[in-house]
Order: sequence, then C-alpha cells, then structure tokens
Amino acid sequence: MSLIDKLVDYLRGPEKKTAAVAKERLQIILAHERAGRGSVAPEYLPALQEELLQVIAKYIHIDRDKIKVQLEKHGEYDVLELNVTLPEHQRPQ
Amino acid sequence: MARVIVVTSGKGGVGKTTTSASFSSGLALRGHKTVVIDFDVGLRNLDLIMGCERRVVFDIVNVINGEAALSRALIKDKHCDNLFVLPASQTRDKDALRLEGVEKIIDELKETFEYIVCDSPAGIEHGAFSAMYFADEALVVTNPEVSSVRDSDRILGILAAKSKRAVDGLDPVKEHLLVTRYNPGRVAAGEMLSVEDIQEILRIPLLGVIPESESVLQASNAGTPAIHVDKSDVADAYKDVVARFMGEPVPMRFVTAEKVGFFKRLFGGR
Ligand SMILES: Nc1ncnc2c1ncn2[C@@H]1O[C@H](COP(=O)(O)OP(=O)(O)O)[C@@H](O)[C@H]1O
Ligand SMILES: [Mg+2]
Repeated sequence: MSLIDKLVDYLRGPEKKTAAVAKERLQIILAHERAGRGSVAPEYLPALQEELLQVIAKYIHIDRDKIKVQLEKHGEYDVLELNVTLPEHQRPQ
Repeated sequence: MARVIVVTSGKGGVGKTTTSASFSSGLALRGHKTVVIDFDVGLRNLDLIMGCERRVVFDIVNVINGEAALSRALIKDKHCDNLFVLPASQTRDKDALRLEGVEKIIDELKETFEYIVCDSPAGIEHGAFSAMYFADEALVVTNPEVSSVRDSDRILGILAAKSKRAVDGLDPVKEHLLVTRYNPGRVAAGEMLSVEDIQEILRIPLLGVIPESESVLQASNAGTPAIHVDKSDVADAYKDVVARFMGEPVPMRFVTAEKVGFFKRLFGGR
C-alpha cells in the first residue's frame, strides 16, 4: 500500500471490517433459521388453526390472512401465539 | 462407562478427520482404550490419515453385513497401543450404515473400549446421521468462515432434536466447540471471525482452538496423526484439547497473533 493510499484510507475513516460483516450476516440468518426449526410444529397445529379461524369468523368479519397462529420458542418454553388484526371499524374505541 | 463422541460439522473440509485422528490418538496416549470409526462410507480417508491404509482387510460394512467379525475388522494403530481403527468401506451404497447395524457394533465396542470416536462424513444425510445418532458428546468442528458456522448451527439443531439421546428423552448430547484452521493474524486484522464471535453465535462451550498450520499437511503426507508431530503448534493444540476434554483447566493458546517485531513490520514478512 502506498503512502497516498494509506492517507486516503485514513481520511475515509474506519471501514467496516469483513469479519464484522460476516458476524452480522450470520446473526441475522441464524436467528431466522433457528426460528424456523426451533420447535418442530406439532401435527395438530394446522387443524387448530383452522378451528380457531372458524370460531373467530363467527364473531368478527375478518380476512383469513389477518389471523396468525404460530408456535414460538421463548427460552425454555414453547409459546402458542394467536395474532388477530381487527379491521378498523371493529376496533374497540 | 464407555463414551461415544462424534466429530461432526456439516461442512466438508473443515478438519473432522484430522481432528478424529489426533483426538483419538491423544486419548490413547493418556492410556485410555480408544477406537476411532470412519463413517465416511464411500470415501474412506481416516485410514490414510492414520497411516494404516495397507492393513485394511475388512471394514464397517462387512461387519454390519455379517461378513466379518468386529474383532477382525479392527486395526491396531501403529503409534499407540491403546488405539484401534475401524475403517469405512468404499461401497457406493450410501444406506449401508443401517442404524440397527451401527448400534450393534457400538454396543459391542462399549464392552472393550472407554472412548468410541466417530468421524462423521460431511453433510446432513444418512452417513452423518448414523455417525451422530448414538453420541454422548459431540465435537463440533468449525472454521472461522460463514458457511462453516452456519452448518455447525444446523448440526447443533439436529443433535438437539434427532439424536438418540433427544429421541429417548435422556440428557442432551454434550456439545463442544472446536475452532480449527484458525489464523490469529487475520483475526487481528479484522479479516476473519474471532473465536469469541463464533462462540457468541453458536453458544456452546469452547473446547479448543487449532491454528492453521503447515504441519497438518506434512502429517497427512506421512500418515501420522498431527498430534504426534514434534514441536508443532497443532500437536500442542490437540494435546490441550484432550486435556480439557479430560477436565483439566488448560488455558487457551494459539488465539492471539504473535507480536510482529519492528524489523519484520518494516521489511514485511507476511
Ligand atoms: N489446522 C489445520 N491447518 C491446516 N490445514 C488443515 C488443518 N486442519 C485440516 N487441514 C486440512 O484441511 C483439509 C480437510 O481436512 P479434513 O480433516 O480431511 O476435513 P474433513 O474431514 O472435515 O473433511 C485437509 O487437506 C487437511 O490437511
Ligand atoms: Mg473427513
């Protein structure tokens, strides 16, 4: 590296080192992959999801994709999460 | 009580076979009756690294198929009295390692040996699965490189969910991180993931760090496990690993770059 290059580098300020980039990329992709495999979804999950959808549909007029049922791992525990996004006009005031 | 230890990684070429050879030799050097099994059916490399390739008559698939007694397939290591090698076969039939067959062999070996070291093939297919299924402990061999770390994470997931210990609801497989082909100089320059980075990502206890070293190639040329190479950094690193595995508190070495002297820096050297 010539002196000029070094000076240019210096003026540019510290560039992100490739090892730091590698670490960051790994943390992101592994968080994603672990969530996908973390807990093997039990076989009853699709049926449970379907029945929950039907019950909710009895009371609220709602699109299917506004209801999400998923199993997540929180440390030692598996948490069954039911997420219902209510339509605007049905939200309690 | 015999312990089954799998040397695994997911990714190929990271140093599993090198580690299996040196780790099993290290256990034997300490007086423990040890056997090392090559699970890389189809390729078979461990015999070359151990320098016993010309003495292979029967292999693990012959034993599973009932074509040879286990005792006839075991090869005594030329460097250590307490060490035996069970070679892989070169059959192309990838499903030759049926779990029941492997279990029978491991149960029989447990009667004679204290440590059963399983050298896993790369991948997450059948061969890798049979190598890890019966494990009590796992050495997860990882290079400081993105794809190797990711594959190790994958393997950890499989060990936790699909190994016999997991299936039977026993205590989980004891996991050890072994970082190999480490270059502290490049880590210091920010060009390579550090041991701390890898540990933070994989979240398992660190058993040791094996530096990238020219002696590994020389050892494999000669058919001598690297742990036997006199005055080499890899040999020392593998001896440390075995000592830590036995529970001795040995400080980590080979994790920081040698200080480069003023003149070397001035006139280059790297
Ligand atoms: N610490 C090391 N330093 C330098 N080269 C190494 C080291 N460990 C392994 N190697 C080399 O890397 C290659 C793959 O090693 P090997 O043990 O066969 O890996 P695997 O069994 O995981 O496929 C071989 O050429 C070997 O000599
Ligand atoms: Mg190998």
